[in-house]
Amino acid sequence: MNNWFKSGTPWIWLNAGAVTVSLIMVVGLLLMIAVNGLGHFWPKAVAEFDYAVSGDEPERVLGELSRSETMTAAAMRDAGYEVPEDQEIVTRHLIKRGNRDATGRDFVWYIGENASEFRYPREAMVLERLTWGDLIGYLKDYREDGEVVAEGADARAAFESQLEETRTSVREIQRIERFEIGAVNHEIEQIRLQRRALELNPQLSDEERAEQEALLDDRRAEFQSQYDELEQRRNELRREIRRYGITAELMDGRTQEVLLADIVRATWPNDMGLGAKLSHYGSTFWDFVSGFPREANTEGGILPAIFGTVLMVILMSIVVTPFGVMAAIYLREYAKQGPLVRTIRISVNNLAGVPSIVFGVFGLGFFVYFLGGSIDRTFYPEALPAPTFGSPAIIWASLTLALLTLPVVIVSTEEGLSRIPSTIRQGSLALGATKAETLWRIVVPLAAPAMMTGLILAVARAAGEVAPLMLVGVVKLAPNLPIDGSFPFLHLDRAFMHLGFHIYDVGFQSPNVEAGRPLVYATALILVLLIIILNVTAISIRNYLREKYKSESD
Amino acid sequence: MKDEHKVLTHGMDPASMRGRAGEKRRISQETPAMEIRDLKLYYGDKIALKGVDLMIPKGRITAFIGPSGCGKSTLLRCMNRMNDLIDAARVEGEVLLHGENIYDPAVDVAELRRRVGMVFQKPNPFPKSIYENVAYGLRLQGVKSRRVLDEVVEKSLRRAALWDEVKDRLNENAFGLSGGQQQRLVIARAVAIEPEVLLLDEPASALDPLATLKIEELMFELKEEYTIAIVTHNMQQAARVSDYTAFMYMGEMVEFADTDTLFTSPAKKQTEDYITGRYG
Repeated sequence: MNNWFKSGTPWIWLNAGAVTVSLIMVVGLLLMIAVNGLGHFWPKAVAEFDYAVSGDEPERVLGELSRSETMTAAAMRDAGYEVPEDQEIVTRHLIKRGNRDATGRDFVWYIGENASEFRYPREAMVLERLTWGDLIGYLKDYREDGEVVAEGADARAAFESQLEETRTSVREIQRIERFEIGAVNHEIEQIRLQRRALELNPQLSDEERAEQEALLDDRRAEFQSQYDELEQRRNELRREIRRYGITAELMDGRTQEVLLADIVRATWPNDMGLGAKLSHYGSTFWDFVSGFPREANTEGGILPAIFGTVLMVILMSIVVTPFGVMAAIYLREYAKQGPLVRTIRISVNNLAGVPSIVFGVFGLGFFVYFLGGSIDRTFYPEALPAPTFGSPAIIWASLTLALLTLPVVIVSTEEGLSRIPSTIRQGSLALGATKAETLWRIVVPLAAPAMMTGLILAVARAAGEVAPLMLVGVVKLAPNLPIDGSFPFLHLDRAFMHLGFHIYDVGFQSPNVEAGRPLVYATALILVLLIIILNVTAISIRNYLREKYKSESD
Repeated sequence: MKDEHKVLTHGMDPASMRGRAGEKRRISQETPAMEIRDLKLYYGDKIALKGVDLMIPKGRITAFIGPSGCGKSTLLRCMNRMNDLIDAARVEGEVLLHGENIYDPAVDVAELRRRVGMVFQKPNPFPKSIYENVAYGLRLQGVKSRRVLDEVVEKSLRRAALWDEVKDRLNENAFGLSGGQQQRLVIARAVAIEPEVLLLDEPASALDPLATLKIEELMFELKEEYTIAIVTHNMQQAARVSDYTAFMYMGEMVEFADTDTLFTSPAKKQTEDYITGRYG
């Protein structure tokens, strides 16, 4: 036994055990996110069963099985369910019934013992709607202008072919609203601001002012007519698509009419082969990644959040890299090493330990109110009191995170600089290079991989940070992306959406927790993937640099 | 391997290598390239050089020998002000390069180091291509013409007897070369900017015997154009390659004479003890 201790074997076991536990936890976490996130897009079978509580008339239930739980009878009795005395364990199923508009509750628990066997009728239909969530029921007929055109089996074919056409029109309407009308509105707003600037300009005489105002009014009238035209086109399209509708029979036998214009996607999950399921999976996943959110973020896609996260991280990297590298070079190469520099270095390291919400408060006070407010008063007086830069915006969020990640970049750059062998520096100096020349031609290229390491750590930290962003730029729902087609294309003054905040919002602030749950996993998965992609990109750049400046000392 | 054979014979027969048979050097007849006058160097409170006087003759090889820590490398580093890099080092006295004091505050240190080149103990190529290593000094001086650079790179590599070995892979990383090749590359890099004096700080101590002989042979050829000062631990090497030898001990210049005299009939007892291996 004593020998066994001396041999060092216990330490190897201890260390290997620690590594194993860490690996299991990391892989388990990723696996849990991946399974739950990716599973959401797979079409779930629609189950039908009869449910009767102790002798009551049985009712028909139709819905997707969300999950099942086993509970003790006592806990169920406490929760207000009737459970027979002799029963100890109860299985209950959470059924997604959909039809929030008709029945009020779309997720309901049913006790397994009271339910009949599940049936999976092939005709069960799931409609993903623009509002009120999913509709689950049976297709009865297909109508045009309120007249029944097809019934029964014919209805499905007619409905499916018309739905495709309608979706095209809906996308066209969205395009007109989002881009064309958006662009015209932007111009009209610019003209309004220019008019306001004219009123504020004290140097103009009344005649000049009147002249220029007339000019602006002409342009405004022009854009107004463009706007009217677009609106008319949109209204025509809208009228056209509102002609088509279907009726569906719900689980309780009621019929409901749905307009095709409100339907995003219609599926018959029990009637799908593997191929159809795969293609459905692909298209729903793509819609999630490339779509805009609906219904308080619990439906639709997360494109704005992905976009905002990536753009913010890129802006942050652009700011933090030069500042961090320059600070590190000064501290390591030029500053006289002494108590002052040591104090600064300790302070920088401690900065990394300050709670991130403190950075958020600082960012709000300094960047948003002070800097942004000053910019507004100086450059955008015509827009006041509406703030331009003086409100939370992507630029302030990026700057705040740059501040937050600055220590990481400084520390790793310093580390890299100190690792460069002094013989190489002396070689350069002995050839008549000045200190600055040695720095730029030899030292900085050699330290570039270390700088990239700092940036990688900074990106990983920034992409996952949420708390400070809530104060300085992130919103639940941003009407516009920070990049669009109107000048100056990159709108740094806009608030943005962020994946991390989206997770918090959908998971904990949403009115419909059960509907949001899979979206939380899916969003988390996308965030993790995004961070991996950003990191892999940075790491491959670093490895390229390392290869390029390979030296014995590494 | 004809080249190697030649080097080996030179190495074994230092007299023929230097071709000095019958010709006796006399220090009084030489023109000085550098003169060191009462040079003192302190590291903080500690004194490392205790008032050294010395003349480095032009177009000759001067060797510095002495036990470890005697200050010979420090003295060498004083000659192109590399000691400036050490915060605690303080210098008193004068070092003249062609009559100008290099410790004059008006002297441009970068310019001085261009005129007094240095090669270090461990090969220290830059993490760049072989070509860029040699061209580095010229690029610093703002030379951009590809033709001039090509010419100088080839000439310098030929002088450092490296051209034939690397001419087909000039764009490869210099770290791919062997230690001896790296050291010759560093010498080529130093001669590319045409210094007046070349300081070699134990240039062969990290190399194997064959590479050492190549470096020695190279020094002998470079002597035609440059004044060379070399620090070495290896007394045979000093005897083989140098025209003059200085023996240092504990920060002092004990004896300085032409190599033959110093090794065959040293004037001081200390020198004799050292070269006969009684201490050090």
